[in-house]
Amino acid sequence: MSDKPVLEINALRKNYRAGGLFSGKQIAAVDGVSLTLDAKPQVFSIVGESGSGKTTLARMILRLVEPTSGEIRLGGRPLTGKHKDRIDDFEFRRLVQPIFQNPFEAFSAYLQLDSYLIATARNLKVADNDKDATEIAEGALRSVGLSFDRIRGKYIRQFSGGELQRISIARALIPNPKLIVADEPVSMVDASLRMNIVNLFKTIKEEKGVSFVYITHDLSTAYYLSDTVVIMNRGRIVDAGVPQDILANPREDYTRELMAAIPRLGERWTEIDRIKADALARDAEPLRARA
Amino acid sequence: MIELKNVRAGYGTPDSFVAAVDDVSLTVNDNEILGIAGESGCGKSTLMRTLYGDFSGGLKMAGGQVTGRFTDPDSGRTTTSEANRFQDLWWDVMSYVPQGSMSVLNPIMKIEKQIVDALPKREKKGSKAELRQRIVEFLAGFGLPETVLDSYPHQLSGGMRQRVLVAIAAFVRPRLILADEPTTALDVVVQKRILLMLVEIQRRLKNTLVLVSHDLGVHYQITDRIAIAYAGKIVEVGPTAEVFESPRNPYTEALIGALPRVGQKGERVGLEGRPPSLASPPEGCRFAARCPEAQAICRKVSPPLADKAPNHASACHFR
Repeated sequence: MSDKPVLEINALRKNYRAGGLFSGKQIAAVDGVSLTLDAKPQVFSIVGESGSGKTTLARMILRLVEPTSGEIRLGGRPLTGKHKDRIDDFEFRRLVQPIFQNPFEAFSAYLQLDSYLIATARNLKVADNDKDATEIAEGALRSVGLSFDRIRGKYIRQFSGGELQRISIARALIPNPKLIVADEPVSMVDASLRMNIVNLFKTIKEEKGVSFVYITHDLSTAYYLSDTVVIMNRGRIVDAGVPQDILANPREDYTRELMAAIPRLGERWTEIDRIKADALARDAEPLRARA
Repeated sequence: MIELKNVRAGYGTPDSFVAAVDDVSLTVNDNEILGIAGESGCGKSTLMRTLYGDFSGGLKMAGGQVTGRFTDPDSGRTTTSEANRFQDLWWDVMSYVPQGSMSVLNPIMKIEKQIVDALPKREKKGSKAELRQRIVEFLAGFGLPETVLDSYPHQLSGGMRQRVLVAIAAFVRPRLILADEPTTALDVVVQKRILLMLVEIQRRLKNTLVLVSHDLGVHYQITDRIAIAYAGKIVEVGPTAEVFESPRNPYTEALIGALPRVGQKGERVGLEGRPPSLASPPEGCRFAARCPEAQAICRKVSPPLADKAPNHASACHFR
């Protein structure tokens, strides 16, 4: 899959039923999205608010949701539809790996994490025996800054969210995938630890040549991390480009509205000063509700 | 307005007590927006509940004092009370904006009844129609149409529901409004609208708003003063602009330094490690194990929260 695009999406749509069972109304969660991630390893961010369709899009790429129409290709080969050379489930799991928002739901609470990672390597057939599988798991953990001893015999509840999210990145690295789809991977991680995870994506991209689809509502990490950003609104891509262009100097109305609403450090909302001045002017007439 | 002195509050039995708030002293002033910031498990929500006097769900105060002095702007009369009696002042002198609007509002009751039920007796003196008219006018001031009153919660968007909760809290013209992560589950555009609404209410009522949020950007935008919590302690408190400009605590500095900003591509690094367990906190400074400036004394002696500049205190041996 050398110079073929890692991921191609063509006129992708997903309709859901709206209203009652027999209303016949449909609502398009994803409404004709096309995009391409070329062969060069990159972080491709899909940014949008709740209901924008970004998670539905991610779930279609992850094969968790069947598209209504349109096409997804990985390395030039179809992922959807009835093609002879369609990628099968086993191959798919070796090529594409997910990282979810809540790492506590990504692992079984009843399995020790070391045996979980070893089983992953065996199931995906990247190792024939436990010894090789352990070595692969050790390597994956090393890339996220953890040692195998750290997780030996431990259960998920013995880790913090940030640490467990690192372990789920290690799990995703086990089959040496081409693409990792990460849906809000740091929104549950505390601010002081968030950048450790975000920086890992950068390192993994550079050192292992893995591409990332990064789904988020957080424009500042998207700006920091991505090579390309697309903004989604109501199921469509409304803006796309390099982060310096579309986020730092937004031209689209919707992007501008989003940027103006982020509570940024070092740049106060102008409305705050207006409210404060206004409140002074209205001194004689305080908010009246009391009888 | 409220004075906390060496407050210790938490959960469990005397034999195995976990202090989520440990020896905290803090003053909440009249006519200000005070922010409480910190990461998960730092005790900010427990601190908020202690301020509100909400000792349900196993929360206990194991030491210290919380004293409130509330002055009515119309009569000039002052009410003094202790945290264990604050409950008598709820939805009157003090009110509360909870986080999850869907789980707080009753799904099978129309909004009007839910607002009326929450009101103290003094608000219900006139006729029902009069009260409704006053509620309608009040809501209109925040861009909420009359139809909201006749709706069930599920018929409103998340942003609308949250604005209803803010309106309920403000309608009684309380001296103190406490808001615990009031915009956390909301989109940025809706979040901004609600934060502006909170600021407007505070400025017009000249009362006090205490806002708990993990989002430093939110604090930067709307608070006048900010208190930074770490592992059950307040480690820094001061005027918001000053704390962000020149933090006097290494933890605050690291936290601010870890935030990426649109328009700045420079490398940002997070902190290593994690906060200590509150069940068995370490001796000395609780941040010492992660602090780049830690020295021998930090692991032995807990630094007191002391003034480093006018109205700006920090708990650090070296700053």
